[in-house]
Amino acid sequence: MLNCRQVTRLVSQAMDAKLSWHQRLAIRIHLLYCIWCRRYAAQIQFLRMATRELAGGANPAGSQKLSSEAREQIQQRLAQALNEHRPPQ
Amino acid sequence: MQAEQLQAGTTPRPTSEEGEGSGSTNPERWVEEHGDELFGFAISRVRDRSATQDLVQETFLAALRARANFAGRSSERAWLFGILRNKLVDYYRLKGREALLAEGDSPGLEEGKFFHTTGLRKDAWIKSLAPQAWASPDESLVQKEFQSVFHHCLARLPDKVAQVFLLKEVDGLASEQICKDLNVSANNFWVMSHRARLALRRCLELHWFGRKKTGDETD
Repeated sequence: MLNCRQVTRLVSQAMDAKLSWHQRLAIRIHLLYCIWCRRYAAQIQFLRMATRELAGGANPAGSQKLSSEAREQIQQRLAQALNEHRPPQ
Repeated sequence: MQAEQLQAGTTPRPTSEEGEGSGSTNPERWVEEHGDELFGFAISRVRDRSATQDLVQETFLAALRARANFAGRSSERAWLFGILRNKLVDYYRLKGREALLAEGDSPGLEEGKFFHTTGLRKDAWIKSLAPQAWASPDESLVQKEFQSVFHHCLARLPDKVAQVFLLKEVDGLASEQICKDLNVSANNFWVMSHRARLALRRCLELHWFGRKKTGDETD
Protein backbone atom coordinates (compact mmCIF):
# COMPACT_ATOMS: atom_id res chain seq x y z
CA MET A 1 0.00 0.00 0.00
CA LEU A 2 1.27 3.41 -0.90
CA ASN A 3 0.97 6.40 1.37
CA CYS A 4 0.30 10.02 0.33
CA ARG A 5 3.94 10.97 0.41
CA GLN A 6 4.81 8.18 -2.00
CA VAL A 7 1.83 8.82 -4.23
CA THR A 8 2.56 12.53 -4.66
CA ARG A 9 6.11 11.66 -5.59
CA LEU A 10 5.02 9.03 -8.08
CA VAL A 11 2.27 11.03 -9.78
CA SER A 12 4.83 13.76 -10.31
CA GLN A 13 7.33 11.30 -11.75
CA ALA A 14 4.62 9.81 -13.96
CA MET A 15 4.36 13.13 -15.78
CA ASP A 16 7.88 12.71 -17.14
CA ALA A 17 8.51 8.99 -17.17
CA LYS A 18 6.66 5.73 -17.60
CA LEU A 19 6.04 3.91 -14.36
CA SER A 20 5.78 0.17 -14.00
CA TRP A 21 2.34 -1.39 -14.23
CA HIS A 22 2.24 -2.28 -10.57
CA GLN A 23 3.21 1.26 -9.59
CA ARG A 24 0.40 2.60 -11.74
CA LEU A 25 -2.04 0.13 -10.23
CA ALA A 26 -0.99 1.02 -6.69
CA ILE A 27 -1.50 4.71 -7.46
CA ARG A 28 -4.97 4.08 -8.87
CA ILE A 29 -6.00 2.16 -5.80
CA HIS A 30 -4.77 4.93 -3.53
CA LEU A 31 -6.54 7.60 -5.58
CA LEU A 32 -9.82 5.69 -5.24
CA TYR A 33 -10.04 6.48 -1.58
CA CYS A 34 -7.81 9.57 -1.16
CA ILE A 35 -9.50 12.78 -2.28
CA TRP A 36 -6.41 14.83 -1.37
CA CYS A 37 -4.08 12.92 -3.64
CA ARG A 38 -6.75 12.87 -6.31
CA ARG A 39 -6.85 16.65 -6.18
CA TYR A 40 -3.08 16.78 -6.10
CA ALA A 41 -2.79 14.70 -9.25
CA ALA A 42 -5.29 16.89 -11.08
CA GLN A 43 -3.79 20.13 -9.84
CA ILE A 44 -0.25 19.36 -10.92
CA GLN A 45 -1.62 18.68 -14.39
CA PHE A 46 -3.11 22.14 -14.24
CA LEU A 47 0.27 23.48 -13.08
CA ARG A 48 1.92 22.06 -16.14
CA MET A 49 -0.58 23.72 -18.42
CA ALA A 50 -0.46 27.00 -16.53
CA THR A 51 3.33 27.02 -16.57
CA ARG A 52 3.46 26.47 -20.31
CA GLU A 53 0.87 29.09 -20.87
CA LEU A 54 2.14 31.77 -18.51
CA ALA A 55 5.89 31.25 -18.21
CA GLY A 56 6.52 30.26 -21.81
CA GLY A 57 5.09 33.26 -23.52
CA ALA A 58 7.10 36.12 -24.83
CA ASN A 59 5.13 38.55 -22.79
CA PRO A 60 4.08 37.23 -19.41
CA ALA A 61 1.68 39.20 -17.27
CA GLY A 62 3.41 41.72 -15.09
CA SER A 63 6.40 41.42 -17.35
CA GLN A 64 9.21 43.74 -16.53
CA LYS A 65 10.74 46.19 -18.89
CA LEU A 66 14.25 47.31 -19.56
CA SER A 67 15.23 50.36 -17.56
CA SER A 68 15.95 53.41 -19.67
CA GLU A 69 19.63 53.29 -18.69
CA ALA A 70 19.88 49.65 -19.71
CA ARG A 71 18.08 50.37 -22.92
CA GLU A 72 20.47 53.18 -23.70
CA GLN A 73 23.49 51.12 -22.82
CA ILE A 74 22.44 48.24 -25.03
CA GLN A 75 21.53 50.62 -27.82
CA GLN A 76 25.01 52.18 -27.67
CA ARG A 77 26.79 48.86 -27.53
CA LEU A 78 24.79 47.68 -30.49
CA ALA A 79 25.50 50.83 -32.48
CA GLN A 80 29.19 50.43 -31.75
CA ALA A 81 29.16 46.81 -32.90
CA LEU A 82 27.14 47.78 -35.93
CA ASN A 83 29.84 50.22 -36.91
CA GLU A 84 32.57 47.64 -36.50
CA HIS A 85 30.65 45.17 -38.60
CA ARG A 86 29.66 47.54 -41.31
CA PRO A 87 31.15 46.42 -44.59
CA PRO A 88 33.66 48.80 -46.16
CA GLN A 89 32.03 50.98 -48.77
CA MET B 1 11.25 22.53 -32.37
CA GLN B 2 12.12 24.66 -29.42
CA ALA B 3 13.66 21.64 -27.84
CA GLU B 4 15.85 21.00 -30.84
CA GLN B 5 17.08 24.52 -30.82
CA LEU B 6 17.86 24.27 -27.17
CA GLN B 7 19.48 20.91 -27.38
CA ALA B 8 21.87 22.21 -29.93
CA GLY B 9 22.80 24.37 -27.00
CA THR B 10 25.21 26.63 -28.75
CA THR B 11 24.81 30.19 -29.77
CA PRO B 12 24.86 30.88 -33.46
CA ARG B 13 28.35 31.48 -34.68
CA PRO B 14 28.93 34.27 -37.07
CA THR B 15 29.06 32.85 -40.51
CA SER B 16 29.51 36.10 -42.27
CA GLU B 17 31.04 39.25 -40.98
CA GLU B 18 29.94 41.34 -43.84
CA GLY B 19 26.88 42.06 -45.83
CA GLU B 20 23.29 42.65 -44.94
CA GLY B 21 21.33 39.44 -44.51
CA SER B 22 19.00 38.23 -47.16
CA GLY B 23 16.05 38.76 -44.81
CA SER B 24 15.12 42.29 -44.00
CA THR B 25 16.02 43.17 -40.46
CA ASN B 26 17.07 46.49 -39.08
CA PRO B 27 19.37 46.20 -36.05
CA GLU B 28 18.94 49.84 -35.20
CA ARG B 29 15.33 49.20 -34.30
CA TRP B 30 15.82 45.94 -32.39
CA VAL B 31 16.11 47.39 -28.91
CA GLU B 32 13.07 49.54 -29.40
CA GLU B 33 10.92 46.86 -30.98
CA HIS B 34 11.93 43.74 -29.08
CA GLY B 35 14.00 44.84 -26.09
CA ASP B 36 11.23 44.75 -23.51
CA GLU B 37 9.81 41.43 -24.68
CA LEU B 38 13.19 39.73 -24.63
CA PHE B 39 13.93 41.23 -21.24
CA GLY B 40 10.53 40.29 -19.79
CA PHE B 41 10.98 36.71 -20.91
CA ALA B 42 14.57 36.38 -19.73
CA ILE B 43 14.03 37.90 -16.32
CA SER B 44 11.28 35.42 -15.55
CA ARG B 45 13.98 32.78 -15.99
CA VAL B 46 17.05 34.45 -14.62
CA ARG B 47 15.60 36.71 -11.98
CA ASP B 48 18.61 38.94 -11.78
CA ARG B 49 18.25 42.27 -13.51
CA SER B 50 21.85 42.88 -14.42
CA ALA B 51 22.45 39.32 -15.61
CA THR B 52 19.29 39.61 -17.68
CA GLN B 53 20.41 42.88 -19.24
CA ASP B 54 23.68 41.24 -20.17
CA LEU B 55 21.83 38.34 -21.74
CA VAL B 56 19.66 40.65 -23.79
CA GLN B 57 22.69 42.60 -24.93
CA GLU B 58 24.56 39.44 -25.85
CA THR B 59 21.52 38.27 -27.75
CA PHE B 60 21.49 41.40 -29.88
CA LEU B 61 25.23 41.22 -30.47
CA ALA B 62 25.02 37.58 -31.50
CA ALA B 63 22.09 38.44 -33.73
CA LEU B 64 24.13 41.17 -35.32
CA ARG B 65 26.94 38.79 -36.16
CA ALA B 66 24.52 36.18 -37.43
CA ARG B 67 22.08 38.39 -39.24
CA ALA B 68 23.14 37.08 -42.60
CA ASN B 69 21.41 33.88 -41.46
CA PHE B 70 18.16 35.62 -40.89
CA ALA B 71 16.31 34.69 -44.00
CA GLY B 72 12.96 36.06 -43.04
CA ARG B 73 11.58 32.55 -42.75
CA SER B 74 10.48 33.26 -39.23
CA SER B 75 9.51 36.57 -37.76
CA GLU B 76 12.33 38.75 -36.57
CA ARG B 77 11.12 38.39 -33.00
CA ALA B 78 10.96 34.59 -33.17
CA TRP B 79 14.48 34.60 -34.54
CA LEU B 80 15.75 36.81 -31.71
CA PHE B 81 13.96 34.63 -29.16
CA GLY B 82 15.69 31.59 -30.59
CA ILE B 83 19.05 33.23 -29.98
CA LEU B 84 18.02 34.31 -26.49
CA ARG B 85 16.99 30.76 -25.60
CA ASN B 86 20.41 29.50 -26.56
CA LYS B 87 21.98 32.22 -24.45
CA LEU B 88 19.80 31.15 -21.55
CA VAL B 89 20.93 27.56 -21.82
CA ASP B 90 24.55 28.67 -21.79
CA TYR B 91 23.74 30.73 -18.74
CA TYR B 92 22.00 27.83 -16.98
CA ARG B 93 24.98 25.63 -17.65
CA LEU B 94 27.33 28.04 -16.06
CA LYS B 95 24.96 28.72 -13.17
CA GLY B 96 24.29 25.04 -12.75
CA ARG B 97 27.89 24.47 -11.92
CA GLU B 98 28.06 27.43 -9.58
CA ALA B 99 24.79 26.57 -7.89
CA LEU B 100 25.94 23.07 -7.25
CA LEU B 101 28.81 24.41 -5.25
CA ALA B 102 26.88 27.14 -3.48
CA GLU B 103 23.38 25.91 -2.96
CA GLY B 104 23.65 22.25 -2.18
CA ASP B 105 20.08 21.57 -1.34
CA SER B 106 17.01 23.77 -1.39
CA PRO B 107 15.99 24.76 2.11
CA GLY B 108 12.40 25.54 2.92
CA LEU B 109 11.02 23.29 0.24
CA GLU B 110 11.08 20.05 2.15
CA GLU B 111 8.32 17.74 1.11
CA GLY B 112 8.34 16.58 4.72
CA LYS B 113 6.48 19.60 5.92
CA PHE B 114 3.33 18.58 4.07
CA PHE B 115 2.98 15.13 5.61
CA HIS B 116 2.63 13.69 9.08
CA THR B 117 5.95 12.43 10.33
CA THR B 118 4.73 10.18 13.12
CA GLY B 119 1.70 8.33 14.36
CA LEU B 120 -1.07 6.46 12.64
CA ARG B 121 -1.27 8.95 9.83
CA LYS B 122 2.45 8.94 9.19
CA ASP B 123 3.18 10.04 5.58
CA ALA B 124 -0.43 11.10 4.98
CA TRP B 125 -1.27 14.72 4.20
CA ILE B 126 -1.47 17.13 7.09
CA LYS B 127 -5.04 18.34 6.79
CA SER B 128 -4.34 22.08 6.81
CA LEU B 129 -1.78 21.66 4.01
CA ALA B 130 -3.66 19.07 1.96
CA PRO B 131 -5.00 20.02 -1.48
CA GLN B 132 -8.33 21.81 -1.38
CA ALA B 133 -10.87 21.85 -4.18
CA TRP B 134 -9.99 24.55 -6.69
CA ALA B 135 -12.82 26.54 -8.13
CA SER B 136 -12.65 26.92 -11.91
CA PRO B 137 -8.89 26.88 -12.47
CA ASP B 138 -9.27 27.25 -16.23
CA GLU B 139 -11.07 30.52 -15.84
CA SER B 140 -8.39 31.75 -13.48
CA LEU B 141 -5.78 31.19 -16.13
CA VAL B 142 -6.91 34.15 -18.21
CA GLN B 143 -7.23 36.55 -15.28
CA LYS B 144 -4.52 39.14 -14.84
CA GLU B 145 -4.55 38.84 -11.06
CA PHE B 146 -4.07 35.11 -11.24
CA GLN B 147 -1.22 35.52 -13.69
CA SER B 148 0.59 37.84 -11.37
CA VAL B 149 0.05 35.49 -8.40
CA PHE B 150 1.43 32.70 -10.55
CA HIS B 151 4.55 34.64 -11.42
CA HIS B 152 4.98 35.60 -7.80
CA CYS B 153 4.81 31.93 -6.80
CA LEU B 154 7.24 30.93 -9.52
CA ALA B 155 9.65 33.62 -8.40
CA ARG B 156 9.66 32.18 -4.88
CA LEU B 157 11.10 28.87 -5.98
CA PRO B 158 14.83 28.56 -5.41
CA ASP B 159 16.77 29.34 -8.60
CA LYS B 160 17.95 25.86 -9.30
CA VAL B 161 14.55 24.29 -8.72
CA ALA B 162 12.90 26.88 -10.95
CA GLN B 163 15.46 26.34 -13.71
CA VAL B 164 14.96 22.61 -13.73
CA PHE B 165 11.19 23.00 -13.63
CA LEU B 166 11.02 25.56 -16.44
CA LEU B 167 13.47 23.79 -18.71
CA LYS B 168 11.25 20.74 -18.45
CA GLU B 169 7.80 22.29 -18.48
CA VAL B 170 8.26 25.20 -20.82
CA ASP B 171 11.20 24.36 -23.01
CA GLY B 172 10.31 20.69 -23.13
CA LEU B 173 13.87 19.48 -22.75
CA ALA B 174 14.35 15.78 -22.12
CA SER B 175 15.01 14.95 -18.49
CA GLU B 176 18.37 13.40 -19.37
CA GLN B 177 19.39 16.53 -21.23
CA ILE B 178 18.56 18.74 -18.25
CA CYS B 179 20.53 16.49 -15.91
CA LYS B 180 23.49 16.72 -18.24
CA ASP B 181 23.28 20.48 -18.83
CA LEU B 182 22.82 21.41 -15.20
CA ASN B 183 24.97 18.65 -13.88
CA VAL B 184 22.40 17.08 -11.57
CA SER B 185 21.75 13.41 -10.90
CA ALA B 186 18.57 11.77 -12.18
CA ASN B 187 17.34 11.32 -8.65
CA ASN B 188 17.97 14.95 -7.82
CA PHE B 189 16.03 15.90 -10.93
CA TRP B 190 12.95 13.99 -9.73
CA VAL B 191 13.23 15.46 -6.28
CA MET B 192 13.50 19.01 -7.59
CA SER B 193 10.58 18.62 -10.01
CA HIS B 194 8.48 17.18 -7.24
CA ARG B 195 9.37 19.99 -4.85
CA ALA B 196 8.65 22.62 -7.46
CA ARG B 197 5.16 21.18 -7.91
CA LEU B 198 4.47 20.82 -4.20
CA ALA B 199 5.58 24.37 -3.51
CA LEU B 200 3.92 25.96 -6.52
CA ARG B 201 0.66 24.18 -5.84
CA ARG B 202 0.65 25.25 -2.22
CA CYS B 203 1.53 28.83 -3.09
CA LEU B 204 -1.31 29.12 -5.59
CA GLU B 205 -3.74 27.70 -3.10
CA LEU B 206 -2.58 30.06 -0.40
CA HIS B 207 -2.64 33.19 -2.53
CA TRP B 208 -5.37 32.48 -4.99
CA PHE B 209 -7.59 29.42 -4.87
CA GLY B 210 -7.94 29.38 -1.11
CA ARG B 211 -8.92 33.02 -1.09
CA LYS B 212 -11.32 33.52 -3.88
CA LYS B 213 -13.56 30.66 -2.81
CA THR B 214 -15.52 32.83 -0.37
CA GLY B 215 -18.07 33.92 -2.94
CA ASP B 216 -18.43 31.08 -5.37
CA GLU B 217 -17.74 27.89 -3.57
CA THR B 218 -18.25 24.90 -5.79
CA ASP B 219 -17.12 22.03 -3.65
